[in-house]
Amino acid sequence: MSDLLAARSQMAMSLAFHIIFAAIGIAMPFLMMIAEWKWLRTKDEIYLTLAKRWAKGTAILFAVGAVSGTVLSFELGLLWPGFMGYAGSIIGMPFSLEGFAFFTEAIFLGIYLYGWKRVPPRAHLFAGAMVALSGALSGIFVVIANAWMNAPTGFRLVDGKPVDIDPIAAMMNSAALPQTLHMTLAAYAATGFVVAGIHAFMLLRDPDNRFHKAALAIALAVGGITAILQPLSGDLLAKSVAKTQPVKLAAFEGQFETESGAAFRIGGIPDETAGVTRYAIEVPYLLSILAYGDPNATVKGLNEFPADERPPVAIVHISFQIMVACGVAMMVIALWGALRYLWRRRAQRKETWLDSRRFLRVLVAAAPLGFIAIETGWVVTEVGRQPWIIYGVMRTSEAVTPMPGLIVPFITFTLLYILLAFVTVWLLLRQVAASPQGSEVDQKEAQLAA
Amino acid sequence: MQLETIIAGVMIASLVLYALLGGADYGGGVWDLFAFGKRAQRQRKLIAEAIGPVWEANHVWLILVVVILFTGFPPAFAVIATALHIPITLLLIGIVLRGTAFTFRTYDVQRDDVQRRWSLLFSIASIITPVLLGVTLGAIAGGKIRVAEGLVTSGFFDSWLAPFPFAVGFFALALFAFLAAVYLTMETPERELQEDFRRRALVAGAAVGVLALIVFLLAGTGAPTVRAGISRSWWALGLHAFTAVFAMGAFYTLWTRRYRLARVCAAAQVTMILLGWAFAQFPSLVEPDITIASAAAPRITLQLLLIALVAGAILLFPSYYYLFRIFKSETV
Repeated sequence: MSDLLAARSQMAMSLAFHIIFAAIGIAMPFLMMIAEWKWLRTKDEIYLTLAKRWAKGTAILFAVGAVSGTVLSFELGLLWPGFMGYAGSIIGMPFSLEGFAFFTEAIFLGIYLYGWKRVPPRAHLFAGAMVALSGALSGIFVVIANAWMNAPTGFRLVDGKPVDIDPIAAMMNSAALPQTLHMTLAAYAATGFVVAGIHAFMLLRDPDNRFHKAALAIALAVGGITAILQPLSGDLLAKSVAKTQPVKLAAFEGQFETESGAAFRIGGIPDETAGVTRYAIEVPYLLSILAYGDPNATVKGLNEFPADERPPVAIVHISFQIMVACGVAMMVIALWGALRYLWRRRAQRKETWLDSRRFLRVLVAAAPLGFIAIETGWVVTEVGRQPWIIYGVMRTSEAVTPMPGLIVPFITFTLLYILLAFVTVWLLLRQVAASPQGSEVDQKEAQLAA
Repeated sequence: MQLETIIAGVMIASLVLYALLGGADYGGGVWDLFAFGKRAQRQRKLIAEAIGPVWEANHVWLILVVVILFTGFPPAFAVIATALHIPITLLLIGIVLRGTAFTFRTYDVQRDDVQRRWSLLFSIASIITPVLLGVTLGAIAGGKIRVAEGLVTSGFFDSWLAPFPFAVGFFALALFAFLAAVYLTMETPERELQEDFRRRALVAGAAVGVLALIVFLLAGTGAPTVRAGISRSWWALGLHAFTAVFAMGAFYTLWTRRYRLARVCAAAQVTMILLGWAFAQFPSLVEPDITIASAAAPRITLQLLLIALVAGAILLFPSYYYLFRIFKSETV
């Protein structure tokens, strides 16, 4: 393995690991906040129990997210000193803002987790809201920095050096809005679906458990609404990619030839040596419509670009397909859930909308889809930008550290993260297993009533 | 004052706050390992309660230092991350293990053997991480990182694999353990526990003194420029005087059990030590080839960064104060 490949692998592995905790760190506080707000409004103890149990899981995940995020902030320099030395002054700004957002998040999370008995209920809910808000902002700032790598702006190149730097313009790059929108929605959708899947699984075993029903309703509402909105932001992002990175769009679709009225491929395996994508189902004109809003628009193919400026096509295309498939499946499931809710409400039996075992089973199966979509989506974004680290400006190979033997830290961090993943999953399973049984919930309520 | 000097000052201030707050959290881990006697369990519990709600927020000071470094002084960040790749990587592993082991211990089975295993990992990581942080800072001060045309020419080992950086490493560990012990005397109303940590604070304070001397002696060859700055400049005498006053003040107040004052003295002592280093190294950012001015980002970046730092601080400090008031109200 070359040092460049080892550095890329370590970065990819660190990001792939961290993004799970980052996404949960964005969405979980929002779910907790809803549960706590419902408790304050209805005085139903079950929502308080729920907020507290979710908070325990979040505490574990947040700690892993905080330390793996620290690793990343250093890895930017450890692995890509050429990039940071060049770009730090242009895109350090969103990272600085992220620093403060993360600060706010950590402070109020401390208050939220340890302050149940120490602050009044409203102040506690406020702390939860601050965690949810600053968590979302943290994610947005980091994605803005990534968007700049795709659509670099806010400087002029003179003799290969950036001059006339404008950090505000760099933050306002054309990819920033579509990328942050897409990632923020993804965080809520993916987390909502995982949480819904876990509680659906528990409901299949313990069907009348009010605790899990309340949890499922909140998680599904958040995950479902965002999953339905997500294709819209995806469309916005695809149009932005078409404009700023046509070669990446061609890789999404395994589009080798330049074509007007290009078809959208479903599935298919790109053959880079032969320059064709085989075995795909082609929907006529759809790619031109999706990318440019015009059925006859011309879509540039990979062959338009020099071979040393093309990303690896197969991995980008296949990842893109997986992401889209997961996203569509989640949207369909969310619509199904929404219809169930509306029908039952019309029939005045709203409380039974989660009583279908078939629906619950589908939710269990769909639990990992959002995170598969996030992981493959980032593969699409990052591998699709190769061979550039700053699109069109700096190659990844120019940015890498001169440090030899990079396979050692790559393997070390991989083993460390595998270990952390095991322990985290084990501890979360323990938390889930310790959730209240249906009979316990009923008993407690009977006691309260008496 | 130059804009880049102000930014560098904010960076040092963040580092000082990281040492005073985050550093003490590592020190807590040290005392977790050295918890012994019939009150060992109560000592551990006190440490866990003291750092539980605040360690993640305290940790962000380090992130802020890094972010200011790579936004305000990008070439310096690139050079440090290249020359000190190995100690920084080890430092990160320490950071990961410390934070996760502490959290896992809180949420894992409350059975003795399980808890002991996490405690051991937590406390060992709490010892290794400050040493590596000190090694990194010692290497930056040492003057053995050489740079030509923006590229590191001194290799990946020579600048940090030397007695001076490691002496700084153990000095940092002693300082953090000292801070933690002093703070912990204020975290409990129980006399016996107070006495336990008072004794630990006195021992750690003595270790700080010995290690300070060793660092100073090794600096003769290990960090000649910084030592020259410390021992010869006009301000050095005043600074030493202040450090000495606070150090003796910390001992005296600990001896006479005036813990609130001891805390002020200990924090002031650590602050003076870090400021002393910063002034001695000024205007160098990475000894000897990179200065604050030569590494500074363009003016517009520094201006915006300063605005962000001021605005961030205005939002941050009230929240931070609120956090400490909630969890440390008995002791503030």
